[in-house]
Amino acid sequence: MPKKIEKTEKKTAKKSVKSKPDVVNKFTGNSWAYSKTVRDHFFKPKNLLWENPDSAKYDGEGIVGSPACGDVMRVWLKIDPKKDKIKEFKWRTFGCASAVAATSMLSVMITEKGGMLLDRALEVRPQDIMKRLGGLPDRKIHCSVLGDKALRTAINDWFKKTNQFSRIVTDGEKVIDPNTKVTEADIEEAVLEGAQTVEEVQKRTKVGIGYPECLPEVEELVRFYREKYYGVDTD
Amino acid sequence: MHTIAIDMKRKPINLDNASTTPLHKEVLKAMMPFFSEKYGNPSNLYELGRISRSAINESLARISGIIHSRPDEFVFTGGATEADNLAIAGIARANKEFGNRIIISSVEHKGIFSVCEALKKEGFEIVEIPVDKNGLLKIPYLEKALNEKTLLVSVTMADSETGTIQPIREISEIIKRQKAKTAGADANARAGHLPYFHTDASQASAYLDINVENLGVDLMTLSAHKIGGPKGIGGLYIKRGTKINPIIYGGSQQNRVRAGTENVPSIVGFARALEISEKNKGKGKSGKKSKIEEIRKLRDLLEKNIFKNIQKVVLNGHPEKRLPNFLNVSILDIEGEALLLHLDAHGIMISTGSACNSESLEPSSVLSAIGNPYEFVHSSMRFTLSSETTKSDIEYVLKHLPKIVETLRHISPLNLKVDQKEKMSDPRAFVGGKTPHFLRKKRNA
Repeated sequence: MPKKIEKTEKKTAKKSVKSKPDVVNKFTGNSWAYSKTVRDHFFKPKNLLWENPDSAKYDGEGIVGSPACGDVMRVWLKIDPKKDKIKEFKWRTFGCASAVAATSMLSVMITEKGGMLLDRALEVRPQDIMKRLGGLPDRKIHCSVLGDKALRTAINDWFKKTNQFSRIVTDGEKVIDPNTKVTEADIEEAVLEGAQTVEEVQKRTKVGIGYPECLPEVEELVRFYREKYYGVDTD
Repeated sequence: MHTIAIDMKRKPINLDNASTTPLHKEVLKAMMPFFSEKYGNPSNLYELGRISRSAINESLARISGIIHSRPDEFVFTGGATEADNLAIAGIARANKEFGNRIIISSVEHKGIFSVCEALKKEGFEIVEIPVDKNGLLKIPYLEKALNEKTLLVSVTMADSETGTIQPIREISEIIKRQKAKTAGADANARAGHLPYFHTDASQASAYLDINVENLGVDLMTLSAHKIGGPKGIGGLYIKRGTKINPIIYGGSQQNRVRAGTENVPSIVGFARALEISEKNKGKGKSGKKSKIEEIRKLRDLLEKNIFKNIQKVVLNGHPEKRLPNFLNVSILDIEGEALLLHLDAHGIMISTGSACNSESLEPSSVLSAIGNPYEFVHSSMRFTLSSETTKSDIEYVLKHLPKIVETLRHISPLNLKVDQKEKMSDPRAFVGGKTPHFLRKKRNA
């Protein structure tokens, strides 16, 4: 956690990616109408693992989520060690349309143009996926946050297998909740997206749902980032 | 992979009749004059007003004839939720000097749960009676919960998720015995009235006996749009002598129990819809099966073939004691919203108890109350038929459903087991009580 609260940063809060679906109900603001891209990826998912999973065939593997919470994502990677790029990204997802579409889109982003460099892949954020999907309804944002975590888990798996321990992602990425792999940075993003309370942050990130022990820490972080970006509460 | 061929020519198939039903043509016809020509306010004495008044009286006569009440024992509300709210809050507040306990089942509609939550803050004690794994109320728990401070018991006639039918007559006998006990304990305490017994018959009214004398209930909720009537209208049967407060204050309409100018066209439509649905319960012409039996036959066809053609399916609700138009199943490893959208692409409407399909992102409370792990609830889908459902509709669904399930199971990384039910995650896992089972195993490994 950054040590100083810099008031100058108050106004520099970045504009977050607009998370709006194509068609929004003008009365409720909610909608079931996903963007066309989401629909395409949901009905015709790309890079899905069709055959039975054979871990030996892949260089890295990662799984996040829980069926009790309603989302599980599993990712298998093939990596080109010379180019340090991801050659193949296969996945399976249990979840709603946004979760399926987000994993599918992520697989496209990672493997297009000859594959993404590992260092770049580690930096992919849920916002990047959402942008490519043309937005998601607000309460579906949390569905997209698991994809990049599954990817990072799989890349870390590869680093472990190849003894590249120094490359395992921990930089400023303190994992708050070991189940959902939600990090400090995720909490920060959630606050930037407009979440003001632990409940709202939980809705977006699912932090602490299976690991309530971390909630006091989450509360502290939410307060910290809220003050950082929106100013100190006056009351 | 199964490709999606959307047949645009086909009329959408509504297998979500528990959500709402289309307005019956005859109902619309009956309502039409009261929108424009006969627009009078029933409280007015001139002719136009009298026409509206007599339309309401006629509707009341029809409805009370069907439920075997007196016309002045029925109050029109803006739907079943308002009727539920009126029953619970109205009874509780009017009788608070005699006690503070309200007993409900764990499979009630939100219209009951939410008002009970609100009443907790007013000092009322809410006792929830659990159901067994088939969704039936655990009667011994009810008997234990009843005491002299109990003001009201509310048990749905059939819940809105699984359609499981509760033993209303058996419950009303138990409550009658409690009424005698309560009266004996305090001669002044509304002798013989408390506790009152309310049932929400919104889902059940088209399929079960709604004769209030037979049922032995003091209050009963009805809804119009579940039975081919218009939305935004429902009603509450309130037995004569029941002490109840209004929840909406205003003029002196409807014996001061429900203020506000009566919604005349909807009242007329409601009465007509109830008449039609009542007629469907009877035998068809020349000894043919009743409409209800036809619906049951189609539901059974759907159920039998889903279990035959799809692996790992779990029935939610009671195998027999269930409304004839209800089928709720969990198709394991598949997320409900994903299946809903695939069926939607084929022009088939269903509903799911999955959290992803709700505004609150919480999975169905009814299915959880039955003791289902969240893994099963997220995979649940509800098919609800109506008299409009045809055999070809069911065949169309049976043709496409197995292929969609196959596709979605390919996408899913899960492989749950049907008999794993008890060993799976504690329901509290979702709300933060415990870590889901498989993650615990994974971490320990």
